[in-house]
Amino acid sequence: MATGAAAESVIDISGLSLTFETADGPVHALSDIGLSVERGEFVSLIGPSGCGKTTLLRVIADLEQPSAGKILVNGMTPDEARQRRAYGYVFQSSALYPWRTIAKNVALPLEVMGVSAAERQERVRKNLDLVNLTGFDRKFPWQLSGGMQQRASIARALSFDPALLLMDEPFGALDEMVRDHLNEQLLQLWAKTKKTVIFVTHSIPEAVFLSTRIVVMSPRPGRIHEVIDSDLPNKRTLDIRETPEFLKVAHRVREGLRAGHSYDD
Amino acid sequence: MNAALETSAFAREVWHRRAMAGNTGPVIVILVAIVAIWYLATFALNAPFQRDLDERAGRTPSFSEFVTETMTQKKPTLPAPHQVAADLYQTVVLAKPWKPSSLLYHCWVTLSSTLLGFAMGTALGIAIAVAIVHARSLDKSLMPWIITSQTIPILAIAPMVIVVLASIGLKGLIPKALISTYLSFFPITVGMVKGLRSPDPILLDLMRTYNASRAQVFFKLRVPASVPFLFASMKVAIAISLVGAIVGELPTGAVAGIGSRLLFGSYYSQTVQMWSALIAASVMAAVLVMIVGLVDRLVRRQMGAR
Repeated sequence: MATGAAAESVIDISGLSLTFETADGPVHALSDIGLSVERGEFVSLIGPSGCGKTTLLRVIADLEQPSAGKILVNGMTPDEARQRRAYGYVFQSSALYPWRTIAKNVALPLEVMGVSAAERQERVRKNLDLVNLTGFDRKFPWQLSGGMQQRASIARALSFDPALLLMDEPFGALDEMVRDHLNEQLLQLWAKTKKTVIFVTHSIPEAVFLSTRIVVMSPRPGRIHEVIDSDLPNKRTLDIRETPEFLKVAHRVREGLRAGHSYDD
Repeated sequence: MNAALETSAFAREVWHRRAMAGNTGPVIVILVAIVAIWYLATFALNAPFQRDLDERAGRTPSFSEFVTETMTQKKPTLPAPHQVAADLYQTVVLAKPWKPSSLLYHCWVTLSSTLLGFAMGTALGIAIAVAIVHARSLDKSLMPWIITSQTIPILAIAPMVIVVLASIGLKGLIPKALISTYLSFFPITVGMVKGLRSPDPILLDLMRTYNASRAQVFFKLRVPASVPFLFASMKVAIAISLVGAIVGELPTGAVAGIGSRLLFGSYYSQTVQMWSALIAASVMAAVLVMIVGLVDRLVRRQMGAR
């Protein structure tokens, strides 16, 4: 890593399984997951629907309880990590509160955490600036486009400055032009803030463009099929997607997805 | 010639569109229809008695005289609209509002117990809803009783409530307001339970990632999310609060209020007075619902509704 500091595990998962008991019998959402993520990494979880990538992210966030196995977040159990506000979570939909202005939405976690009004104001300003939404603080969510709403929700996740950012298909509902633009902005943000990011997606170009490491998952039962290290430089622009290096990584991911998933069913 | 025709047709079209654009046009059309039907019904319902009267007096009025007679009886089966209008003019405009001869005086008496009952009903309804949302066992144990309470006819329970409260020294405004409360808490409870449970799971998950306390989830998420539900229920609740107040006035032997006007009107066959009271009650209900609607709009604008 660029900082040269001793590699530090932010996430440490081994032998993790999660089984949902349903009326039709047990569903193996996650089976024998092992994964470790180091500080400053940008890791994408990619796979077809039903492969458990969102479930894995929710387990890290303590929104789901694993049935077996070990998981540590910052060396703590997910529950402890959540109580210490270790991560910011960005959902697939912006999940902004419709009755709050953009500024008030970004301030929500700060209010919950008891940050003073003056500091709240300062952090809201800083984070709206970070996602290029300066001047929209008094607008209500419905007055913003989908892409802007999602940027506001990223500002909200960053507002209390967590070292870990968990993103669940944050740009999945947006059109491709907006998505490309936000991908570029997210990379800049990542370089600026030095956060560890875990990013769920089902888009191969998105995963390859953003990640330092790509975790390819496959369904039934949800498991990790392959972990691909990207040798692309950390500084990237959208043009990189035309280079042979990019296409090579994308090809490996596609091969991995194909091998891990039979499309017969 | 042709052009002139076209212009007038166009003018008529414009006029028609303008008249029907707002609420006013359609409302007036319905009003005129109601008054017309009312007059026809007045004639039909009062005619038999009038025929008896005429026969006994040995009169043979012409048809137009007969129609006039049916519209001017002192104690008609159904008073004509203009009779009710004249009575309303007499009791609302001419009478001094602080005297019992004024309908406004009676409106105020009923309104005061309506508003008190509505306020208590809203508070009680919200309190029960909060309890139900936070304790699953209460949902199962309390809800059936709440629903049962509303299946008992209010006319049956009102006298008992009045008698019991009178025996412990509670008379006047409070017992009547309690009947209103009894009716109005129900829609508030039902609406607020739904409203407090309305937040999307994703919004609740978000609060969990912030490690928010139950109180924070309640005040920052559940309460604001329930506001539209609260106002929808309050519109229903305030109208039935008025019904409750009127029903509460019947068994108290109250000498004032819309209910007492209805009661005494029926004792002494003062049908005109009864119809005036009915119209006063419906105007009051409409105004109260409109006020709640107005507050609803103001609050929602504050909360960023488009």
